Amino acid sequence: MSFGLPTFPGGFHPPDRKAPSAGCAIAPGPMPERLAVSLAQGLGAPSRPVVAAGDRVLRGQLIAEPGGFVSAALHAPTSGQVQAIGECPHPAGLRANAIYLVPDGADQWAPGTNVPASEDAVAASKPKEIVEKVRAAGLVGMGGAAFPTHVKLSPPAGKAIDTVIVNGCECEPYLTADHRLMLERPADIVKGLRLLVRAVGAARGIIAVEANKPDAHERLLREVRGIEGLACRMVAVKYPQGAEKQLIKALLDREVPSGGLPMDIGALVQNVGTAVAVTEALYFNRPLTERVVTVSGEGLERPANLLCRIGVPYKALLAAQGVRPGARRLVSGGPMMGLAQWTADVPVLKGTSGVLVLSTPPPPDWSACINCGKCVESCPTYLMPNRLSKLGEFRRFEDMAAHHALDCIECGVCTWQCPAKRPIVHWIRQGKNELRLAKLKAEAAKKKAETPEGVLPQ
Amino acid sequence: MSESAGTPGLKSAPPTAASGFPDQWLVSSSPHERSTESVAQIMWTVVLALLPTCVAGVVVFGWYAGVLIVISAAAAVAAEAAVQKVLHRPVTIGDGSAVVTGVLLACCLPPNCSWYVPVVGSFVAIFIGKQLFGGLGRNYFNPALIGRAFLQFAFPSQISMPQWPIVTRASVFESVTGSIFKVAAGSPGGPDATSLATPLAQIKPALPAAVSPLAALGEPLNQDKLDTLRDLFLGNIPGSIGEVSKLAILLGGLILLLNRYINWRLPLAYVGMALLAVLLLPVKDSSGHWTGLYAAERHWDIIGETLSVHLLSGGLLLGAVFMITDMVTSPTTSKGQVIYGIAGGILVALIRLYGGYPEGVCYSILLVNAARLIVEKYTVPRVFGTRTRKS
Repeated sequence: MSFGLPTFPGGFHPPDRKAPSAGCAIAPGPMPERLAVSLAQGLGAPSRPVVAAGDRVLRGQLIAEPGGFVSAALHAPTSGQVQAIGECPHPAGLRANAIYLVPDGADQWAPGTNVPASEDAVAASKPKEIVEKVRAAGLVGMGGAAFPTHVKLSPPAGKAIDTVIVNGCECEPYLTADHRLMLERPADIVKGLRLLVRAVGAARGIIAVEANKPDAHERLLREVRGIEGLACRMVAVKYPQGAEKQLIKALLDREVPSGGLPMDIGALVQNVGTAVAVTEALYFNRPLTERVVTVSGEGLERPANLLCRIGVPYKALLAAQGVRPGARRLVSGGPMMGLAQWTADVPVLKGTSGVLVLSTPPPPDWSACINCGKCVESCPTYLMPNRLSKLGEFRRFEDMAAHHALDCIECGVCTWQCPAKRPIVHWIRQGKNELRLAKLKAEAAKKKAETPEGVLPQ
Repeated sequence: MSESAGTPGLKSAPPTAASGFPDQWLVSSSPHERSTESVAQIMWTVVLALLPTCVAGVVVFGWYAGVLIVISAAAAVAAEAAVQKVLHRPVTIGDGSAVVTGVLLACCLPPNCSWYVPVVGSFVAIFIGKQLFGGLGRNYFNPALIGRAFLQFAFPSQISMPQWPIVTRASVFESVTGSIFKVAAGSPGGPDATSLATPLAQIKPALPAAVSPLAALGEPLNQDKLDTLRDLFLGNIPGSIGEVSKLAILLGGLILLLNRYINWRLPLAYVGMALLAVLLLPVKDSSGHWTGLYAAERHWDIIGETLSVHLLSGGLLLGAVFMITDMVTSPTTSKGQVIYGIAGGILVALIRLYGGYPEGVCYSILLVNAARLIVEKYTVPRVFGTRTRKS
């Protein structure tokens, strides 16, 4: 427990299980026989490929352009030949198209990339130029959601951002990728933060580190010392401290309005990995082609923090680190919010913070809610998960909306603690999805009704 | 997902190099880890927390009290199994909730009632109070209290006896209640031979009289009073099996608090409001004048003693620690818990001061049980992000 440190109301402390990989310095990840760079990296439209099967590409070369404003560019993670563009299992379930790339082993950078920029040139770049470079480098939020960074850096007119927060909380159990980045590249994180602050014209930048990583806090504190407008703050160890809205609440005591965005209250949150990627893009002209991935879990022989190329199949990581017998689950991300995988053929995405091999048993049978109230007490969004779960169980989706199901951040605090083992978050997710579908249906029906030809006789 | 490129041979990714592990994974919704805490663990912990109270009951009243507790618990478990069998439900006696109901029911029974009283009570508690509503988690009323309320009508002579047995001493606040308590103090019989009404039953008609001749009662705290306080606290008083020893109840409460199975708000609001209401509500004295404890003004000894009797005798603490806090039947919102506790406290005082029974804990809790959902409905927390920005 860490008393007196900034935090948000609610939440809880799951066992953090970070020890197996916390001491492992970032090591180069395996280079597989074939990479699969998914065209669906995260939220937003899928990217559009600009290469074709048979093309030779160099590392950092643009291979897919953004498919819209809320979409990101993709670059070749290494030099080699495009084998095909086709379907590939995607960590989010289903399948998505991917560019299959066979490395040639030379790992040669494309011309114009991997060229250091002078300190003066970077210092002289205008906010718009920074945003443009971030967009061109294909940056997305590397904490998990993979929201295109340039979109966050381009608030609509009238929405001023006063505070940039670099999120080094890493509150998910097992994950240590951000921790290692903070230890090994504190200067680049601070450089990235300064660029982000300049890009949005903010007054200050704050790096937030959970109190269970005092070493990282100390190093970052040393880096920000003497820089006007920058601070490094320790926050309480509590899940989900690293959730965007909860972190803003803890540091600024502002609440992102229901249904709104951090920019509505003048805040911008970026993961430490993204801050490093900003530095890489601006100071070295390196597009985003790799990221740190924590590979851990009781089902893994050698936990590690690997600097992985985007598109490395999980299979290659597991083969390199060794899978123990009895491994049951393969999870993309942390155990609280990560997605269970059905196959290890899925590739690492720009938002993949961890690949976990867990031996936790199948979900236990659930029973009736006994109203213990743990979920209500600890919900960081102040919902009533007990009620939502009962409504979800009986498919009362309209009533779920009335109980603010759409505000749920799906952090899993309720479900982790539930003594009746009820799949609360699962039901809420299902409810949200049904509500979304119902809304689409209603909109379509309304549109049809408004068109004269579409009006059906009574 | 996106438009199918339909590259032949790439419908699914071709296997990569032999990786030495079977690619078969368990897929389920997040979170992928759960706490090990189970409903059974909670229920058996409540049984453990009730244990000091049961032991105290046996120490104070003798082995028959223990027999009653065991009969009651066994009857509750048997009733649960039988009812679930008949209703074609999975038999869940292992979760400990029936044991909790049985033991709690025994705790509110007189230590000398007949053996069949807890059997009938447990059956009613489990069948009507719990299984007819759908079983654990779906009941609106505390099953043990449903059983207790039923017994009150079914066996009135066994439940509301004017004379309760007491084992050792019986000097209870003479100064407050005057003659009535002297029955006990003055009775020359040995410890086993004495029987008398519970302190609450004694105080009920006595309170108004006690309040009016205030001037005569300003006695300082003496050894006798301290002894009485100690008896009230330890349990050397008449009462139900599980309600007499406050020490044991508080010990159980501590176990529940440390495990976070109860929340301090409910018991505190309940007890606090009950005492406040006893202090503030007017009662008619023997001469027909409306007066009340508040009229005792600075006579702290009288106020203190009366409140002590209300707090330390009767089932107030047992109810506050083990019954109003029942997870299934109490609100989950923090504001709701305070309101619920306050409502229960007012009801206790109303029943004790104006009602037909000396004790109001059972009915006060059953009444607020009925109001649980509506209390929760109006205390739903403000959702994150629905407040205007702080300037």
